[in-house]
Amino acid sequence: MTDWLPTILVFLPVAGALALLVLPLGRFATASFALLVSLVEVGLWIEALTRFDFSRGLQFDQQASWFSDLHVSYHVGMFGFSLWLVGLTVVVMAASIAYAFLAGRERPRAYYGLMLLLTGAVVGVFCAQDLLLFYVMFEVMLIPLYVLVGVWGGAGRLRATFKLVAYTMAGSLLMLVAIIAFGLTQGTFDLVDSGTSSSTWIFLGFAAAFAVKAPLFPFHGWLPDAYREAPPEVSAVLSGVVSKVAAYGFLRIAIPKFPGPTHDFRTVLLVLGAVGLVYGSMLAFRAPDVRGVIAYSSLAQMGLITLGLFAANDLGFDGAVLQMVNHGLISATMFLLAGAIERRTATGDFVLLGGLARGRPALATVLITTGVIALAVPGSGAFAGEFLVLAGVFQQHWVYGVVGAVAIVLAAMYMLRLISAVLHRDVGPAVSDAALDLRTAELAIVVPLVAALLALSAWPAAVSNHSFPSRGATPAVTQDFREASR
Amino acid sequence: VRIQTPHVDWLTLSPELSLLAAGAVCLLLAVLVPASWRRHLGAFVALAGFVTAGIFAGVVYHRTTDAVLEVGDAVARDRYAMFGALVVCGSGVLAAFVSYAHRMRDAFVAEYYALLATAGAGMCFLLQAHNLMTLFLGLEWFSIALYVICAIDMELEPSLEAGLKYLVIGSFGSAALLFGSALVYGATGQLEFARIAANANPHDPLLLAGLAMMLVGLGYKASAAPFHQWTPDVYQGSPTPVTAFMSAATKATALLLMLRVLRVAFPQEAHLWTIVVAILAITSLAIGNLAALVQRNVKRMLAYSSISQAGFMLIPIAANNALGARALLYYLVPYSAASVGAFGVVAARERELGRPVTLDNLSGMGWERPFLGVAMWIFMLGFAGFPITGVFVGKFYAFSAAYERDWIWLMIIGIAASLVSLYYYLGVVRAMYFRTPAELQLLPAGGSPPREVALQIGVGLALAVTVGSFFAVQPLIDLGRHAARSLVF
Repeated sequence: MTDWLPTILVFLPVAGALALLVLPLGRFATASFALLVSLVEVGLWIEALTRFDFSRGLQFDQQASWFSDLHVSYHVGMFGFSLWLVGLTVVVMAASIAYAFLAGRERPRAYYGLMLLLTGAVVGVFCAQDLLLFYVMFEVMLIPLYVLVGVWGGAGRLRATFKLVAYTMAGSLLMLVAIIAFGLTQGTFDLVDSGTSSSTWIFLGFAAAFAVKAPLFPFHGWLPDAYREAPPEVSAVLSGVVSKVAAYGFLRIAIPKFPGPTHDFRTVLLVLGAVGLVYGSMLAFRAPDVRGVIAYSSLAQMGLITLGLFAANDLGFDGAVLQMVNHGLISATMFLLAGAIERRTATGDFVLLGGLARGRPALATVLITTGVIALAVPGSGAFAGEFLVLAGVFQQHWVYGVVGAVAIVLAAMYMLRLISAVLHRDVGPAVSDAALDLRTAELAIVVPLVAALLALSAWPAAVSNHSFPSRGATPAVTQDFREASR
Repeated sequence: VRIQTPHVDWLTLSPELSLLAAGAVCLLLAVLVPASWRRHLGAFVALAGFVTAGIFAGVVYHRTTDAVLEVGDAVARDRYAMFGALVVCGSGVLAAFVSYAHRMRDAFVAEYYALLATAGAGMCFLLQAHNLMTLFLGLEWFSIALYVICAIDMELEPSLEAGLKYLVIGSFGSAALLFGSALVYGATGQLEFARIAANANPHDPLLLAGLAMMLVGLGYKASAAPFHQWTPDVYQGSPTPVTAFMSAATKATALLLMLRVLRVAFPQEAHLWTIVVAILAITSLAIGNLAALVQRNVKRMLAYSSISQAGFMLIPIAANNALGARALLYYLVPYSAASVGAFGVVAARERELGRPVTLDNLSGMGWERPFLGVAMWIFMLGFAGFPITGVFVGKFYAFSAAYERDWIWLMIIGIAASLVSLYYYLGVVRAMYFRTPAELQLLPAGGSPPREVALQIGVGLALAVTVGSFFAVQPLIDLGRHAARSLVF
């Protein structure tokens, strides 16, 4: 039964999406059905969590041949870190679907069907243990995103979708070249059976796809448009979950399968990560609206996660995974709050906002709590993650440590700027007394996310010590993971 | 004088014979049956003909493990031809469903189905051709049927224009093929493909000139650039169900025939023709994709898209390996289904609006006609290479074949072409879903859309094949592997 967990996690939402396509449900029933499916996903994930043995590598392994002459199979399974990322996905998707329920999206059957399809595809990416299956899920993920932004997005949605597709498809088609080359040279497309490769070109094909998807500086041209034009809950998914797919790709494919090229290109990727971290933080500080700040802070955080991944030591890996989960929860919460603010004021511009804290204690409390965790105040989960990443990357070169430390200061600056521009200062022209505090239903969506963040602040080791298999007393993650992922 | 007649294996010819019978019955219907019945009976008979032919093709496929030559070594009885016949019959079945919904003058409707079945028969025959005579015979057989059927909407100028253009340019292609065949015969003294290979002097300029001209002729039929000029006009002008059938079946037949001729008759010249076919693939990808970018008329856009799809399917032919043959055979299945399906959706919209379908008047269709919208959406994403349909697996196999031949540049050109093609394929999705008719200030067509059960069934079947082939890769690839064995890899 446990072997079926990844398959069920992937295909339950897909089946739900098909059901919505066929069944003539009303608006309320559609949204409730989608929410129910997404909550069942969360339940299934908790089931997987309780059954997972964190001392071992790949688990819930299931394989079936797809086409045998090229050795392509449907192969799914989970590592510790995949489990956490799947958890992030199902939780953020459930919150986003619930938010859409409240916001009341037009054409509900199509909307929720696509959201469920997206859930299945993202979970599929995190579970795939076959390169072609990974590619399939990676691409299928783009289809609902494209339509969700294109149909339910803001005024500039056509431009945003065009950029989104052009950038990501350029990257993923390079990855397809790399996958064909890697799979045919190895004689199998299975990620567990295949060995390592020393081909620089193949590595760069994968790296291009992940660098665009993350995005890493300088491949982030699609990011501001997509994050601003998408409905807020779709932005939450984009920055909270979809960007993690790229980091996961580095972690699961690019790094363990290409040790040689990873070593050769480490400096390049570390520099890109560091530049992205500082540049993104500075743009976030200059951004004129709520979503802009969160979007660019997402760019910065992906840079930080890349620093951790390419630190190539246990600290870096542990920190990167912890930070993926942290940032996923933080940016999802922030985007949903941004959506809540936009619904009340019809704007996200700082010049028009201000003074929302007065008379709206719940909104202020939740926003400040999330913001404070986001700026990595000591004691928060984000602090633990950033500390691990910086400690790891410091071993590569002290400069990266310094850059990271500077970026944490910048993070404090842009987050406090956001909080003060929205909550404090004088009451902005777009803020009227009719703008109420967060409703109970909205709190019911956001508070669990914040609670998860607080739980991670209390016990960050839940993720960072339970992501990679460790044997005995020496938690030599790097070596063990390489072996386990072969 | 006693003329020796060859032994005829009727089972070998059963697919084309059943289609010819269907065609004959349709012609009788045209004179014997009251006008009001012709539409229904004609469609039914053509459908039955294609289904029967498909069943016979399946039986022959099943019973033929080793390829043999029949009827005086003029036709091959092998799984390769039968796989092709199955694709043609499948396209024919889908086209019959789409045609039934098409607004057609009752006067010619039975003849229409007769011609459709006859064209299918010619294609099945051509797929079996194993000497230069049967090759030309089969080619002309289906071409002449198609020339007429393109122009069957006689009261519409574009249809007449399409028929005439196809006739003139198609005859040019046939002439090139015939001239090439004559040169090959002159160089080798043989008509049968395998004997041409056995008697060929690889350095004979006559033989090489003949090969080049035959490639030109086959390129015309497959609408590979630079022999594609007729395609956009003919596809745009012909009745949409005819376009649907042509884009799927003609292309499949021409490409399969190209691989057979090159592989069986000209193995010694492989170092030359692989390069030529690769160049055809690249020009088709370039011209098809770039021209499709600027089209507003959806049928014309799909015509250019079919040129670029021909480019993708020429890649495995150029690779000239077993993986490539399998890739081509597999690719044809989802491609044909998606192609008929896409034109079927265009036909539905055309009927609803009563005028040619452009990207602008597609707007909002996705919401008004949910089923057709979703189907079109999937066909377009499939053509673009999104991994939800078998076309993706076909491309994957095609690129793998190029990689196996160490032609990584060809694979990369194919990938780049896929990227460009996204723009116009997603353009259709954008038009159907992202924009509302109100936004474009179009007047609504008014009334409820016509009920077209047959068309919906046809599009549904096409959708099932397109998506199903993505999941059922193994059985289709096994069929393809057995079929490709006939070509001796």
